[in-house]
Amino acid sequence: MMLNAKLLGAVAALALLTACQSSTADNAATGAGAAAGSSAGPRPGSQEDLVANVGDRVFFDTDESSIRADQRSVLERQSAWLSRYPQVTVQVEGHADERGTREYNLALGQRRANAARDVLVATGTAGARISTISYGKDRPAALGSSEDAWAQNRRAVTVVR
Amino acid sequence: MDDAAIRQLSRRAAIFGGAALGLPLLTGLPAFAQGGPSSVVDITKARTDPIPIAVPNFAGGSGEAQRVGQAIAGVVLNNLRNSGLFRPVDRAAYIQTAEAAAQTPRFQDWRVIGAQALTTGRAELSGDRLRVEFRLWDVLPEAQIQGTAFTAPAANWRRIAHLISDVIYERLLGEKGYFDTRVVYVAETGPRDRRVRRLAIMDQDGENQRFLTDGSAAALTPRFHPNAQQIAFMSYARGEPRVYLFNIESGRQEVLGTFQGMTLSPRFSPDGRSVVLSSTRGNDANIYVVDLGSRRERQLTSGGGLDVSPCFSPDGSQIVFNSDRGGDQQIYVMDAGGGGVRRISFGRGRYATPVWSPRGDLIAFTRISGGQFAIGVMRPDGSGERILSEGWGMEGPTFAPNGRVMMYFRETPARDSRGGGYSARLSSIDIAGFNERQIVTPTDASDPAWSPLLA
Repeated sequence: MMLNAKLLGAVAALALLTACQSSTADNAATGAGAAAGSSAGPRPGSQEDLVANVGDRVFFDTDESSIRADQRSVLERQSAWLSRYPQVTVQVEGHADERGTREYNLALGQRRANAARDVLVATGTAGARISTISYGKDRPAALGSSEDAWAQNRRAVTVVR
Repeated sequence: MDDAAIRQLSRRAAIFGGAALGLPLLTGLPAFAQGGPSSVVDITKARTDPIPIAVPNFAGGSGEAQRVGQAIAGVVLNNLRNSGLFRPVDRAAYIQTAEAAAQTPRFQDWRVIGAQALTTGRAELSGDRLRVEFRLWDVLPEAQIQGTAFTAPAANWRRIAHLISDVIYERLLGEKGYFDTRVVYVAETGPRDRRVRRLAIMDQDGENQRFLTDGSAAALTPRFHPNAQQIAFMSYARGEPRVYLFNIESGRQEVLGTFQGMTLSPRFSPDGRSVVLSSTRGNDANIYVVDLGSRRERQLTSGGGLDVSPCFSPDGSQIVFNSDRGGDQQIYVMDAGGGGVRRISFGRGRYATPVWSPRGDLIAFTRISGGQFAIGVMRPDGSGERILSEGWGMEGPTFAPNGRVMMYFRETPARDSRGGGYSARLSSIDIAGFNERQIVTPTDASDPAWSPLLA
């Protein structure tokens, strides 16, 4: 539920961002620093920008590494966002929930990172801009041991490098 | 030998003790004839009935030597009790004094308090040298089973205690002990989402704790080389998860192999000349063997899904591994060259982390079924499956060198959304499924790996 609210917010903010992007595109590198501290929001092209305006992660079903239909649009928006910041490179981190063995989950996390990267590439982001890494079950985003926590932890997160 | 070389050797001795100056010298004691295996102890019975044994403090020639003798007897007593195969007789019931028993045991005094076996000993210090005489007695026939003297630097008194424990275990049970060993594991500190994971090493009884890596890069899944001076493990150093070799003496690390993808789940071959591991490529993870001499990499599996956690049989002829090629995680065995793959796990649930017993007769595994984890064993052909322990988040069994005891780690689930109450701890259990014990470590701990016998 929280997630949906976040996504709605992200769509609204995205429209804003595109609007102001055209005016600052030429001096994005210098102007961005100043903007970061002000009420104008996160620096364009930054991780904070990606999180706030696009969404940095997609979620997976248990033991699955295919991109769910309801998650694909997040990656499409990431590709669109990346096309606006051609200097940005990213690392896709694959993660698993705690209900598996450490070694298998490392391999599963890599598969999830690959699946997310493949969609980014298919939607126009150059493969050379994307690296992947797996943390298996060892870096949970949600710290509980509940269905809700596990759902949040089965994820691939796009991180600006 | 110059000072630096001596320091180096001393350090080596402090770390493993098994090398050069640190190795305790063993001498047979000529004063008493040594008998054969104990006549009173029925080995098969011992599996359910622990052997009653008395371990009075070892005597000492000086106050300092007396303290060392007490400490050694304490470590021996603790080892024997923790094995679950011995029942130390309450010391408050002892009739004969330790000092007198070290001279000549008065067997009726030990028989009447129910001891079947008795150990006596004496410690002598001269400068930095420690000499410990130790005798093992069969109380009913009033016979000496073993008499041995150990000489070592005084700092290595714990190793002498472990060696004595192994002698007692072997003479009374008829199989090799496992007390003179170490365990390498992952020491975990900090909140779950920012966990610091360092390699740590300790004696099998939890003493002599030491960190091997500084925590700047996450370290996972350490495994001992069969000569115990080297560890293979996975590290996130340089930002990429890769298998590294770690030299315990020098602390030097090096990446193993030239793989494009992540490398994980390393294990040495029984001859120590190669490492079998898994490497990801595309959507698969395949098993490779890397020759440590030539560094040549050879691919053993391909295109079959996620193949991880490979482990050689003790004779080096086969490899057991974990794969989801059939849809979910199961255990497979193949020839060491990569052919003849066959599935061996067919029970309910997913099977993972297979590890071959040093005896060759069993494969231990983690099973995940209906949201519960379990540690179990099966024969290498998949028959005779037995679950030894069940609970939340338990995995990663490792065998003691005699194949009789296993260690693994076990998590306590978080009780709230902030991760409160979460912990990870090491446990050990007899392969018969009794004597499950938590191993006390200074921090949370995971991924234990048991060393071979050090001597």
